Amino acid sequence: MNGKRPSLVFSLLAFGYAFLYAPIVSLIVYSFNESRLVTVWAGFSTKWYVSLLHNDQLLGAAWVSLRIAVMNATLAVVLGALAATALVRFGRFRGRPALALMVGAPLVMPDVILGLASLLLFVAMEQLIGWPAGRGMTTITIAHVTFSLAYVAVIVQSRLVRQDPSLEEAAMDLGARPWKVFFVITLPLIAPALAAGWLLAFTLSLDDLVIASFVSGPGASTLPMVVYSSVRLGISPEINALATVLVVLVTSGIAIAGWLLHRREARRQLAE
Amino acid sequence: MRRRSAPWLRRFRPGRWVVAAVPLLWLGLFFGLPFFIVVRISLSETVIGLPPYSALLEWIEGGMLSIRLNFANFALLWQDSLYLDAFINSVRVAATATLLCLLLGYPMALGIARARQSLRIPLLLLVILPFWTSFLIRVYAWIGILKGNGLANNVLLWIGWIEQPLPLLHTDFAVHLGIVYGYLPFMVLPLYATLSRMDSSLLEAAADLGCRPSRAFWRVTVPQSRPGILAGSLLVFVPAVGEFVIPDLLGGPDTLMIGKVLWSEFFNNRDWPVAAAVAVALLVLLVAPVLLFERLRERAQPR
Repeated sequence: MNGKRPSLVFSLLAFGYAFLYAPIVSLIVYSFNESRLVTVWAGFSTKWYVSLLHNDQLLGAAWVSLRIAVMNATLAVVLGALAATALVRFGRFRGRPALALMVGAPLVMPDVILGLASLLLFVAMEQLIGWPAGRGMTTITIAHVTFSLAYVAVIVQSRLVRQDPSLEEAAMDLGARPWKVFFVITLPLIAPALAAGWLLAFTLSLDDLVIASFVSGPGASTLPMVVYSSVRLGISPEINALATVLVVLVTSGIAIAGWLLHRREARRQLAE
Repeated sequence: MRRRSAPWLRRFRPGRWVVAAVPLLWLGLFFGLPFFIVVRISLSETVIGLPPYSALLEWIEGGMLSIRLNFANFALLWQDSLYLDAFINSVRVAATATLLCLLLGYPMALGIARARQSLRIPLLLLVILPFWTSFLIRVYAWIGILKGNGLANNVLLWIGWIEQPLPLLHTDFAVHLGIVYGYLPFMVLPLYATLSRMDSSLLEAAADLGCRPSRAFWRVTVPQSRPGILAGSLLVFVPAVGEFVIPDLLGGPDTLMIGKVLWSEFFNNRDWPVAAAVAVALLVLLVAPVLLFERLRERAQPR
């Protein structure tokens, strides 16, 4: 690390990217391997993708995960945006320290603690008030919303901080009612942050193994839970194929979102 | 800029109340309250049944409320060397991996911050992108690379650096590697945030005054980026201490980490009170770093 020779910094940068992407590339390459032995190349084949399509257990789990992820992302965006608004625009209020702490802590709290704590809460609630009856998709969704709303709040917060409240003030001065100001002025301004937050909450939920394992019940196995149990038994090219599908989906999703945001931004600059 | 409350909120009192109360209630119920329940169950006894722990409060005859606190679980944590060793080992592994992450992440963040303006966002996106793909699958990728007849060994044999395949998987080395790999984006992002905000005229001034670049790096750049170093390190260290997936899949049977111990107490031994006691001890260990992280976040926001 020497400021005089930026070439050193840039070669370390290149090494860093190679480190980040080499495992993903090897995963994708071996998904097209003919052999079941993941490490021995035996010719090109797409048979693992075909067998993936016939793996009902994996597909069922993917469907469960997808539904949880959509519900989670939607709820987390609403709650996270409310929390961010309160933290950025309300100045000091009585619940602020508690809210700030509970928004910040899930970002670093180890999964095992969040999972165990949520499960013990659900068990205690079921004993006391009879809800939630048993554990499954509902409990997984609640636990996921609780930690992913923190990520949404952080994204929306950074957007709100940068945004000048004078636009909202002007609308108020011109006689717009508060809810109208919110929907006509504030919401469009923070929409990119809400979209980014929704996507992040969606992937966080789709990705979570530990919390879901704690709060899940019979009949509600998420995709990571099924992947984990098959990975424990050793590597399988089918998982490589699944990983490739996920990587392609996520990358194209982000590319499309990025392109849409870029176009929006460009149009706005054009309009100004 | 002073923080101003938005006018529509100032005038719309009931709305303002609801906006703050809804997330506060949700987090209080599903994030705050569970910690009290964890503490409560860590003080109860294991019983056979569902739920597998004894009640803490009992109404005994005559309407008296009796509280039975059972500290046996915590005594167990202290006496059985398994738990203490797991705690010490977790902190050691997490600290080493955090340091390695910093050593790799700092030049990366610096490189991105000093790259051409048009390149910065794409470079940053490339750091974030792996974070969006499944964590479990990225850890799984390393199994294929590190195992006995895996990619790494094949390459090393082919170059001729080694004669025999090295045992790479199921070692502490693999655990460190996995943590650095999984958490690198969390280190790079806060570092980039502070490094890109840095005033470059400071470095020019240092150069004008005859300061050598390497000295300027240590005396100007590094001290300026301290909040980023601290935030990045906490974002890696705190979750890494309680990490489960990486030590479970990449570590060996003798890799003792507290997240794995908690998991097996809960899922294999079905001993909820001991698992809760492990969680309480882990929380006590992490409360200082978490509060420090929270203070950093509060201070980083412009007011």
